Amino acid sequence: MNETRPTCVNGVAVAIDVEPRTTLADFLRHRLGLTGTHVGCEHGVCGACTVLVDGAAVRSCLMLAVQAQSCDVVTVEGLSSDEALSPLQASFRRNHALQCGFCTPGILTTAHALMRDEPDASEERVREVLSGNICRCTGYVPIVNAVVEALRDARAARGKEAP
Amino acid sequence: MKLPPFRYERPASLDEALSLLAGSAADAKVIAGGQTLLPIMAFRLAAPSLLVDIGSIAELRGIRIMPDRLEIGAATRWCDILGDARLAAEHPLLQAGIGHVAHYQIRNRGTVGGSLAHADPAAELPGIAAACDASIVIAGPEGKRTVPFDEFFLGALTTILSEQEIIAELHLPRWTPQRRWAFLEFARRSGDFALAAVALHYLKDDSGRLADVHVGVMGVCDRPCRIAAAEAILNGNEPSAELVAAAAAAAAAAVDVDDDLHASQAYRRALIAVLVERAFEAAEMRGG
Repeated sequence: MNETRPTCVNGVAVAIDVEPRTTLADFLRHRLGLTGTHVGCEHGVCGACTVLVDGAAVRSCLMLAVQAQSCDVVTVEGLSSDEALSPLQASFRRNHALQCGFCTPGILTTAHALMRDEPDASEERVREVLSGNICRCTGYVPIVNAVVEALRDARAARGKEAP
Repeated sequence: MKLPPFRYERPASLDEALSLLAGSAADAKVIAGGQTLLPIMAFRLAAPSLLVDIGSIAELRGIRIMPDRLEIGAATRWCDILGDARLAAEHPLLQAGIGHVAHYQIRNRGTVGGSLAHADPAAELPGIAAACDASIVIAGPEGKRTVPFDEFFLGALTTILSEQEIIAELHLPRWTPQRRWAFLEFARRSGDFALAAVALHYLKDDSGRLADVHVGVMGVCDRPCRIAAAEAILNGNEPSAELVAAAAAAAAAAVDVDDDLHASQAYRRALIAVLVERAFEAAEMRGG
């Protein structure tokens, strides 16, 4: 690891100037004011705090902020610009894949990683990956539908681009 | 709950990590992925004064395929095992079993060494280690020692590791492609610890008789273990429904946990018998 590499959160260099016991989730919320990352259980069960660290979906309540030194962190705020929703977010809106919205940031970050790494993921795989995120409102069906639809749209768009 | 306060060090080498442990209070802890340790600390079941993060130590990461064994570094993550295309042929049982570990996000951080060190009797990796003749390489102030898994894992949440030692590697004997195998687990929800799980593998000789049978179980005793009585029933015999049922009954009889919050002893006995039968069926269908 190169210690001189800056820590980046949503593309912006930040300094990790907190106590070692500060979780990445609390650092993002309290130090950086990025309150899109939600903290549910604080012991790695609910998935609401999922963020991307060097591209991998991880629970930010089970990672120390100091462990993110020199990493590239993306939160739900970093998934899209202020002007437009990402295709996945738009699919969530179309499919009514959120009600209270508490679990949504963790599910969006998780599904973004899945779509990037496994563009051909099946519905079964989507369900398996999302099993680490608890939602108490939707019954999951609209969430799975939204991710499956976003994957299908991305494949169709890729097909059009192909020569 | 918020974590109790502690000091944090992130050494760049194993030697540096060992000297940090040697020079610190006995309650210092090693951290890598933190997927077990941080929840324990969040519950305030542990409050170590120092965390030594081994996540930057390159020599503890990676999977090496040697002539006689696989060497898996202690800081290797679950996702590294699942994403290693070589393992589909080199150790399919390992890859299938690790697919049952916790959830997608946990598998991106959790490590081989962390699972072994915390010694949960229902965890997948210790179960695979017990079923596959694994040994553990432990680094300490006096150098490295290699310990057979059965001597390493003393009981629920207890190993022979001293406060000054760090798990360096897991060694698994090389897989043979003609080996038949299955890994089956029953948990109440996807990603939960297993109520019971079975890791089974064996060879068949030219006349169809079973040989070198390994029946490993987890979640049903205070440590993952092989069921010698079930293996003895299967070894040297041609498989039949009666034979497999007898082996399954032997496995059920070996269950050694009392009723707990999650299941009664009778339920676990029934579960392990069903899992052994289904695992054998799956292994036969898969072929060697």
